[in-house]
Amino acid sequence: MEMYRSHVLVCAGTGCISSDCKSVRAALQDNVDRLGLGKEVKIVETGCMGPCDLGPVAMVFPDGVFYRSLKPGDAAEIASQHLLKGKVVYRLLHRPAGSSEQSTGFEGLDFFSRQTRIALRNTGLINPESVEEYIARDGYRALGRVLSQMTSQQVLGAIKESGLRGRGGAGFPTGVKWELTARAQGYPKYVVCNADEGDPGAFMDRSILEGDPHTVLEAMAICGHAIGSSKGYIYVRAEYPLAVERLETAINKAREYGILGENIFGTGFNFDIEIRVGAGAFVCGEETALLASIQGARGEPRPRPPFPAQEGLRGKPTVINNVETWACIPPIILNGPRWFAAIGTEKSKGTKVFALAGKINNTGLVEIPMGMSLREIIFEIGGGIPGGKKFKAVQTGGPSGGCIPEEHLDTPVDYESLAGLGTIMGSGGMIVVDQDTCMVDLAKYFLEFVQEESCGKCSPCRIGTKRMLEILERITTGGGGAGDIEKLEELSRGIKNSALCGLGQTAPNPVISTLRYFRDEYEAHIRDKKCPAGSCRALLTYCIDVRSCQGCGLCVRACQAGAVTGRKKKPHLIDFEKCVKCGTCKDRCKFNAIITI
Amino acid sequence: MSPVILTIDGLKIEAEAGGTVLEAAAKAGIKIPTLCYLKEINEIGVCRICLVEVEGARSLQAACVTPAAEGMVVRTNTPAVRQARKLNLELILSNHPRECLICARSTGCELQRLASELGIDGFRFSGEMTPHSPDFSSPSLIRDPRKCVLCRRCVAVCEKVQQVGAIAPQERGFNTVIAPAFSDPLGQTSCVNCGQCALVCPTAAICERDQTGEVWAALADPGKHVLVQTAPATRVSIGEVFGLEPGGVVTGKLVAALRRLGFDRVFDTDFTADLTIMEEGSELIRRIQDGGCLPLITSCSPGWIKFVEHFYPEMLPHLSTCKSPQQMFGALAKTYYAEKNGISPADIFVVSVMPCTAKKFEAGREEMNNSGYRDVDVALTTRELGKMLKEAGIDFGALDEEEFDAPFGISTGAGVIFGATGGVMEAALRTAYELITGSTLLSLEFQEVRGLDGVKEATVNLDGTPLNVAVVHGLANIRRILDKVKEGSRYHFIEAMCCPGGCIGGGGQPVPTDRETREKRLAGIYSADRNMSIRKSHENPAVQALYKEFLGGPLGRKSHELLHTSYIVRAKH
Repeated sequence: MEMYRSHVLVCAGTGCISSDCKSVRAALQDNVDRLGLGKEVKIVETGCMGPCDLGPVAMVFPDGVFYRSLKPGDAAEIASQHLLKGKVVYRLLHRPAGSSEQSTGFEGLDFFSRQTRIALRNTGLINPESVEEYIARDGYRALGRVLSQMTSQQVLGAIKESGLRGRGGAGFPTGVKWELTARAQGYPKYVVCNADEGDPGAFMDRSILEGDPHTVLEAMAICGHAIGSSKGYIYVRAEYPLAVERLETAINKAREYGILGENIFGTGFNFDIEIRVGAGAFVCGEETALLASIQGARGEPRPRPPFPAQEGLRGKPTVINNVETWACIPPIILNGPRWFAAIGTEKSKGTKVFALAGKINNTGLVEIPMGMSLREIIFEIGGGIPGGKKFKAVQTGGPSGGCIPEEHLDTPVDYESLAGLGTIMGSGGMIVVDQDTCMVDLAKYFLEFVQEESCGKCSPCRIGTKRMLEILERITTGGGGAGDIEKLEELSRGIKNSALCGLGQTAPNPVISTLRYFRDEYEAHIRDKKCPAGSCRALLTYCIDVRSCQGCGLCVRACQAGAVTGRKKKPHLIDFEKCVKCGTCKDRCKFNAIITI
Repeated sequence: MSPVILTIDGLKIEAEAGGTVLEAAAKAGIKIPTLCYLKEINEIGVCRICLVEVEGARSLQAACVTPAAEGMVVRTNTPAVRQARKLNLELILSNHPRECLICARSTGCELQRLASELGIDGFRFSGEMTPHSPDFSSPSLIRDPRKCVLCRRCVAVCEKVQQVGAIAPQERGFNTVIAPAFSDPLGQTSCVNCGQCALVCPTAAICERDQTGEVWAALADPGKHVLVQTAPATRVSIGEVFGLEPGGVVTGKLVAALRRLGFDRVFDTDFTADLTIMEEGSELIRRIQDGGCLPLITSCSPGWIKFVEHFYPEMLPHLSTCKSPQQMFGALAKTYYAEKNGISPADIFVVSVMPCTAKKFEAGREEMNNSGYRDVDVALTTRELGKMLKEAGIDFGALDEEEFDAPFGISTGAGVIFGATGGVMEAALRTAYELITGSTLLSLEFQEVRGLDGVKEATVNLDGTPLNVAVVHGLANIRRILDKVKEGSRYHFIEAMCCPGGCIGGGGQPVPTDRETREKRLAGIYSADRNMSIRKSHENPAVQALYKEFLGGPLGRKSHELLHTSYIVRAKH
């Protein structure tokens, strides 16, 4: 094996690929070669490192230096200064918002130092296409231990003792699920990985698959041993082509090494995995819909019971867990269930990966111990709200979740506390909104999403969410009337209480929670025909602040409706009758003279 | 499994293990309203009307799919339950055209009844309606997605009972629609027109193509000589339209009613059923003697014919070449009858009253025009005839019984039993036995081919020659037997009927047509047979006269021209 004195890890997660990390990587390689460092410095493409808004990002080891916003043109300097001479290129370091210091090492950044990475332990650190790098990081040791030293019962016991709960949303205890499947009558049994991640803004599963695919394979094989199954399926969205590609590579490599297939490690245990690519329906993340889709049927849920543990894929007992859950399994086996159970809160053990998005400085993926407060996640790891704006709420759990306002920011995050606030953990999406976001509009956005993604099978979800959306559309365009809020509440209650699957039952949550915390915004839209956040265009009135207007005439030329008039160098006027509220004048004005009321 | 005890509305109820809460409640006389539920065929819990409270459950549960479990505590009549049921129904109604007054299913609509039972007293929700419009492409059935409640009974019956799978949910969310794949027009698919979907539809989202207008027009046309033929199975079901018991034999009243409508002659398809036995029986004997293609499979059921043409074209040589009794009747009406009565076939208008929606398609098959005119001009369903009688103000129950006209009204018990699964087989056996053995059949009733079992098999001894026969009904069962034939099972003769129960369960029969009504209609058919003075087709004097005067003998040149047909290969979709 070749030894290198330095490794440059270039993030090749989807975020960095879209900001052209491939060119950066190529330029780094060129420069390293040019300087004759090819045998001393290795450039490695890794999975997602997390801070996606800073991409393309790279880390130099063993120094632990973190570079951000790289361009191919920066490569020469990094190579000649840092890699050749050992001088850190300061201008490429990250300076967190509000901080005057630049930290050379990634460990000095809150974003990294406050995380506890279990599921993401390898993501961003290893080359996901190299099984050797996975093995070097203790990969497949857990499987080896399980197959050579542990009975099925011991594995089930360990997973139960760890307190691990499903990371896909509902938080069902993983060990219990495995045990039910192990006990269920019926053969063959199946192990399924749910990689149909679909919540807007959440991409932890994608990052794990792209950055550390072997961990999922290893965990599924461990489960196969525990429940008596020799066949696994990974159901992954077609919109994740890189994940599919890296999974394929990983499966082929694992087969080649005898880690998947017949007689694994000479123990007589057989286990193989196939990939099934989903066609992009959100509802296929619901387990019964996912199983139907694997079988080639229309992806829609069916009533439970029977649960997949009893009658799953092809009517046989099936364990189905999501990617992040799988990624926790090997460390639990290696470090012991008590190690895992020592992290987190009483009922929610271990860590959770969150995808920070929206109005927050550090967007990206973070993995934190359960029980950390929302404030710490958003303001310390996430770096707070950009542009000095005021925090308004954070939406957790995607379209099935709800929003949490300022007054509850000190809540420690776990399954139960979030439920108590009227939202859910979900798959870990966290969308932060600031003072400029209208909460009615936010609820409408999520409802639009579920309405589009409803499978159309049961009446309350199919028609009920449509009627709710229509009411919200009316409200946000000034057509709301007395009784609309009550209708929304009645529909919410009814749909929650009577829809067939989890998607339908939770579809009204964004409306319920915004009504709970921001009812006044709804009332303002309906009663005063005003949008307090100034976001619902139809409810705004555009006018010109005569003190700021310079009479430059840009707005006059921009207005397609001919609503703006005025003489040169004199304050202009907007004719409300003609104004179509398109907002072009406001966008165009250089003096902030156009205001909305 | 031992039974379970659960509590519903405070009552301790013993229920079968493996059964549902809905069944357990029904057993205790507790009615839970349902909409999408169709026993054993569609138990998928999608309409969310049969919701109940189950202690310990997070949300309300659909009783039709919730297994009854030991110790379960269920409440079916709480404010939450009533509100949720009502709300879900209101939502369904918010996407339903409020056209009850002019709807084909008015007063017989399950949605309408439910709205009344659940006390819907206003339309509180309204908004966008489904964007899909009606499909008029099929000669037999009209789909109107605007009226569809997406209960999926039609999908289940097409998929499970018939295994045709012509329709399925398309698109998603609010735009979900039950339609052929790619939303192709139904008339261009492998739909076999059986109409079982129309029988189970709770609303008027799938109905037969209403052709009563064409019949009214013909009746009103003084230049037209309008004949009507009635299928065997209609005489045990038309009474249901007027509130009579299913299975009551109302042949005489039916004849009287048709005369009141103004038909010039009222004839009986039973007559050509007898003729079918002569032709098909002879075909069977010939194929056995000459080593022809066996097993011979019956060809009376047009849904079944189209099914073979689409899905088993390699089996077409097994089909009898006989036209169905409906088409034999039409061909003879416009040739033999026309000649005999000196009426130009151009002036003869043949109407048939059938328990069947596929007969509309069959009547329209291009090749069915031996006289140069359509053999059959209009095939009405039993339901359409019911509508016409009501419109004419005929008090069906009060009519005195009348006799069919001669000669096509003369028939036998063998003709009547064509209406039941196993009937064609039994009629054929009655005749074949006597023709082959030359001796009189003492026991006419072949019990082994009767009844609602999906596949019935028997070996009949014809004077030392064993005849292996099978009777199948419902296309899913037919697939099973065809696959057996392909694997080498040696049958001589198979009766295949597209619809469950045979024609008495046909897609054109009154709604409801469920297992219970099917059983009653079957009993009616066999009682009609017992009351006939002649019970063997070859003894029908009018059939004998027809051969003597016109056709010559079975399988003769004229028969070949008028009474036999050919088939085509159709694509699977």
